[in-house]
Amino acid sequence: MSDKVTAYVRTEMLEEKAPPSLNTGPLGWIRENLFPNWFSSILTLVSLWIIYKMLVAFIPWAFGGVWNASSLNECREILQGVDAACWAVIHERFWQLMYGFYPDHLYWRPNLALILLIVALVPVLFEGAPRKLLWISVATPFVGPWLLWGGTIWTPVAAALGFVVGIAVYRLTASALSNLAGLVLGPLAAVIWWILLAGRFSDLVSSILPLGIEPVESRMFGGFMLAITLGITGIAASFPLGIILALGRQSNLIIVKTLSVGFIEFIRGVPLITLLFVAQVMLAYFLPKGTDFDIILRVMIMITLFAAAYMAEVIRGGLAALPKGQYEAADALGLNYWQAQRLIIMPQALKIAIPGIVSTFIGLFKDTTLVSIIGLADPIGWVKFIQADAAWNGIVWELYGFVALVFFIICFSMSRYSMYLERKLETGHK
Amino acid sequence: MKKSVFLGALTIAGLAATASVASTLDDVKARGKLNCGVSTGLVGFAAPDANGRWNGFDVAVCRAVAAAVLGDSDAVNFVPTTGKTRFTALASGEVDMLARNTTWTFTRDVDLKFEFVGVNYYDGQGFMVPKSLGVSSAKELDGATVCIQTGTTTELNLADYFRSNNMSYEPVPIETNAEAQQQFLAGACDTLTTDASGLAATRAAFENPDDFVVLPEIISKEPLGPLVRHGDNQWGDIVRWVLNGLISAEELGITSANVDELAKGTNNPEINRMLGTEGNLGEMLGLDKEWLIRAIKVAGNYGEIFEANIGEKTPLGLSRGLNAQWTEGGLIYSPPFR
Repeated sequence: MSDKVTAYVRTEMLEEKAPPSLNTGPLGWIRENLFPNWFSSILTLVSLWIIYKMLVAFIPWAFGGVWNASSLNECREILQGVDAACWAVIHERFWQLMYGFYPDHLYWRPNLALILLIVALVPVLFEGAPRKLLWISVATPFVGPWLLWGGTIWTPVAAALGFVVGIAVYRLTASALSNLAGLVLGPLAAVIWWILLAGRFSDLVSSILPLGIEPVESRMFGGFMLAITLGITGIAASFPLGIILALGRQSNLIIVKTLSVGFIEFIRGVPLITLLFVAQVMLAYFLPKGTDFDIILRVMIMITLFAAAYMAEVIRGGLAALPKGQYEAADALGLNYWQAQRLIIMPQALKIAIPGIVSTFIGLFKDTTLVSIIGLADPIGWVKFIQADAAWNGIVWELYGFVALVFFIICFSMSRYSMYLERKLETGHK
Repeated sequence: MKKSVFLGALTIAGLAATASVASTLDDVKARGKLNCGVSTGLVGFAAPDANGRWNGFDVAVCRAVAAAVLGDSDAVNFVPTTGKTRFTALASGEVDMLARNTTWTFTRDVDLKFEFVGVNYYDGQGFMVPKSLGVSSAKELDGATVCIQTGTTTELNLADYFRSNNMSYEPVPIETNAEAQQQFLAGACDTLTTDASGLAATRAAFENPDDFVVLPEIISKEPLGPLVRHGDNQWGDIVRWVLNGLISAEELGITSANVDELAKGTNNPEINRMLGTEGNLGEMLGLDKEWLIRAIKVAGNYGEIFEANIGEKTPLGLSRGLNAQWTEGGLIYSPPFR
């Protein structure tokens, strides 16, 4: 009797079997994600059909295009009625879309400035980089503009000397008088140097030792070079300005707070295009006739101010998300205001604000295309120029498509970098 | 560089606020360059070519003035201006003159305080329709949808025309000429309206231009010409008489090919006065004797400029029409040089 019962009891485990082939591998993935029920299946099929239709129209158009022709009509003759792109316009005008009117024998200068910038960003963006590269980061804000605009080398030197003067005065007065006096007098000395003495200094030295490269006027800037120049200056200048405004808005000092709030709310309440019109049109009325206040510089200032207001609010969001205990802990450690900000508050607040900060950067970069409305020759402005050439009149998709593609590449890279940064700084506050 | 520009601007702003403003001619000579406001791209009238060199019917006026004043047709900073920024650019002194398809109207001349120095192109607003619409006159457009550029005089002209003919229409507002082409080709509107020269340019760019017709009606007067600021009459005279010189040159048969020959002296006293072999007209303008020779040498007389940029042999294919010399039934007419 008992023997019979034991016959039904399994004494060893069954071998694990592979799951049914419909539930694993690509097939399983497809079943789970694309066809889990009848409604999703229909949606999948409809989407596939739409994608197929788009690709069927797009791929022959894009890849069957003409690359060598000198006019739209020549393209049409070559294509013989086939509906395909006329990429010849990009082929012929590529360098203009990239550099605008910048003299072609000087293309190496913006290129070098860009490479310099990338090298300068490495120690800022990636932790593992050698620290010596920081010297390049310090030099780039002075060397970069010099490469772009050219002229005598003593202008960037004079500009850099302003910081030396400021720091020297700060050190002297801080040790002789007080830290506060140093904080006031140091920057004051630097500003006095820039306004009154820097110009004379560079004139004087360059008359003794003329070292320089061929100057290039702002009006020669154009295409993506202009967009990138505006974007990078805006990004680099609006970030520190935004931090200062965000701190100012939270400050207990009534004047600082009022000024910050007033600035942020005013700038955020005005569309960027209005500010650009102010830069282009209103300033021209206010300044005396014949004043040559560089238009690109005016636009840079406006874009920076605009981005800084948004940046301040994004960073304030990060500050607000920090638990109060962090501030109190900093106080308890006996850190002063700037030490607490630098060591405890800002590293955490900025980390929280990364997605918002990068969004602002990307938005700022794309907003640079608005300058075409005030007549600057950015990529969109060049699209209009090229369309106005009798040879290319009537071409639309190829030009705008190319501009969109380049913008996408740049913005997507920024977005991917921000995700990398978020993962790197992840400390598990979830 | 950036900083020095900024600081320099501040200093100059402070100084110039007190100093009196020098004449435009002196400014241009001191700068060695003419700042000329042009369009941000208009087929046949102004566009940079593949080498970055500006070309076109309006651009030729800038170059002629630069040649007359500075002796170099390339001594021009071309400042692209949009419909919105052109007048401020001129009023603020950012440009010395505008040669930018600008219609001479009362308010622009009087209220905005500009000086139109003449007309280099008589344009007028027209309509283009697809042949398939089966319309042969603008009077048959009752109830049509019309693609129209916003913020221009064409909008007002259109409203006036349809109201005075007791017709109704539905506007499709668009921003740029390129957009207009796309919308029109896509069938978003029955008819496209803008200046007749613009219609010709648009039609020339179509894949099948023969499927479209420009209707015969011209519903507005659009005299386009270069302009300068009020108040500096000497400068205004220079631009005016360079333009008149190009026009007179065509009338008198002076071309870029024979100007050197004629400058040696002819039996025609007016040619002699223009080319500086008789009288001192150049001196009266504050220029030298050969001012007009240089201006004509750049790209020839008015007729040559027309044919090279917008004439019948170009993709635009505009006929002279109203822009023929007065001796040939057109309106182009220059006062005499004496």
